[in-house]
Amino acid sequence: MTDVMHNFELYQPGTVADAQAILKDSDDPWIIAGGKDSLGWFKDRVKQPSEVVDIAGIEELQGIREEDDGGLWIGALTTLTEIGASDVIKNRFPALSTAADHVASPQIRNAGTIGGNVSQDTRCGYYRDGFPCYRAGGNTCYANTPTAMNREHALFEASRCVAVTPSDTAPALAALEATFVIQGDGDRRDVSADDFFIGPDIDITRMTSLERGDILLGIRIPGKWAGSNQYFEKVSDRNVWDFALVNIAMAASMDGGTVSDVSMVCGGVQCTPRHLSEVEDLMRGESPGSNLETLVKRVAASGAQPLNFNHFKVPMMRNLAARAVRSLAAG
Amino acid sequence: MENYGPYDPTLDYAPGPATKEIAVESGKVQSWKPLHMSRRNFLRSVVCSGTVIAGSGYLFTTLAPSRADARSVERLVSLNVNGRTRRLDVPPNETLATTLRYRLGLTGTKIGCNQAECGACTVMANGATIYSCSTLTHRVRDKEIVTVEGIASDDGTLHPVQQAFMDEIAPQCGFCTPGQVVAAVALLNMNPNPTIEEARMGLSGNVCRCGAYDHYLRGTMKAAERL
Repeated sequence: MTDVMHNFELYQPGTVADAQAILKDSDDPWIIAGGKDSLGWFKDRVKQPSEVVDIAGIEELQGIREEDDGGLWIGALTTLTEIGASDVIKNRFPALSTAADHVASPQIRNAGTIGGNVSQDTRCGYYRDGFPCYRAGGNTCYANTPTAMNREHALFEASRCVAVTPSDTAPALAALEATFVIQGDGDRRDVSADDFFIGPDIDITRMTSLERGDILLGIRIPGKWAGSNQYFEKVSDRNVWDFALVNIAMAASMDGGTVSDVSMVCGGVQCTPRHLSEVEDLMRGESPGSNLETLVKRVAASGAQPLNFNHFKVPMMRNLAARAVRSLAAG
Repeated sequence: MENYGPYDPTLDYAPGPATKEIAVESGKVQSWKPLHMSRRNFLRSVVCSGTVIAGSGYLFTTLAPSRADARSVERLVSLNVNGRTRRLDVPPNETLATTLRYRLGLTGTKIGCNQAECGACTVMANGATIYSCSTLTHRVRDKEIVTVEGIASDDGTLHPVQQAFMDEIAPQCGFCTPGQVVAAVALLNMNPNPTIEEARMGLSGNVCRCGAYDHYLRGTMKAAERL
């Protein structure tokens, strides 16, 4: 049930410097770009920041640029529609292009940004409904109890909180070894995907390494995987709107008939995009085929600790990994 | 002892004093009128009080104190809607759907779920469809908004999409239709000859509770032929 949003001061800075100045002065700032995650929080009255900084007007955070190493710079405010429609992304990084096309609905992709998609908060229903759980600063997990509805929750590396990453572009970017460029107070830092997404064991109250006052400027994808064999698939309850139950992104380079290098990342199974490093080790030097698929299925979900209602994610993960391998044989 | 007899519907509407005399301890006789609360009046009062409570929340947002910080946005905005520029006083926390419906009277734009999950509030901003229920009005100040009211031409001739939807009997209850019309027009503006799969993707952000998806899809394809 939604409500009228609370009163807040709205700022619409035109430059990163102005945005930083406002963030620095503010006691309780909240950055919005596309607003698709934020306005939901406000309408549910769960989060009520007194100062909202709308960064969508900042020109320098928009657009896609080609880099010298064959990679790309993607501004944080680039919409998912622009990413899905971009020819250069389609040619070099089809996994990201496909992932962007599978986010939510066309209207949301028209407004939602890549920066927002990777830094959105988790979709755990208990947390979003305002339950005082660990993530909200309390001392209970409502999703990990005998009767809790937890079919969308984590299989791996739960630490008090069992919420999962909701993003579709995050696994693709992690598989492509993207770095996230963050403007902090005074310093600008590059953070790898492995460090950008953080689990509850590091900080249970946030999903990314963005701290208060930080602005995500953009995402740099190195040329390493440009033009390689890539795969993205998302499984969700409905084809539109729904967040992924499990999604998978893979980039692989082939040498003759064998896999020379591969990067495979699975989303929706733990708080951060999960590198399937056992699958990667298994695939290197092997040729795709039904034998490799069988082996990949065996290790893809090893170590999974399902909750009461999310056992189905284990075979789903295995099959998605196998289908990613199969795409190499077809290509 | 009170006597609770069988339910008498006439009692609820009985006009005039239904007095009943009861003895109190002092010995005096007092007149006492029972409260006639019928089911209908009870429901009516609950609905009305709920409306007042829900409505007052909205009312007081406009009475909020003025800006504490001069860098925050001006409340007075010029909004370009359907080719006309309108000057409005809009609080920062107002969504475009609210502005369109309750300030501009453009009630063609519906509010269905109010959380970007149904598409009834779909409008175009610079040609791209957005959910107006989940867009701050201040965000789209500098954009050209087109609502369902701006789709037909000025002389009243329907857009081919609207005509095709009528021909295909696409609307049943009609609540999602404004959103479907805007989504289909935006799709055909971008891609005048969509395949049926592209049209399905283009309309995929709009829920139809009557389930008339195939009618809307056929209407969109028919409109594409006529354009």
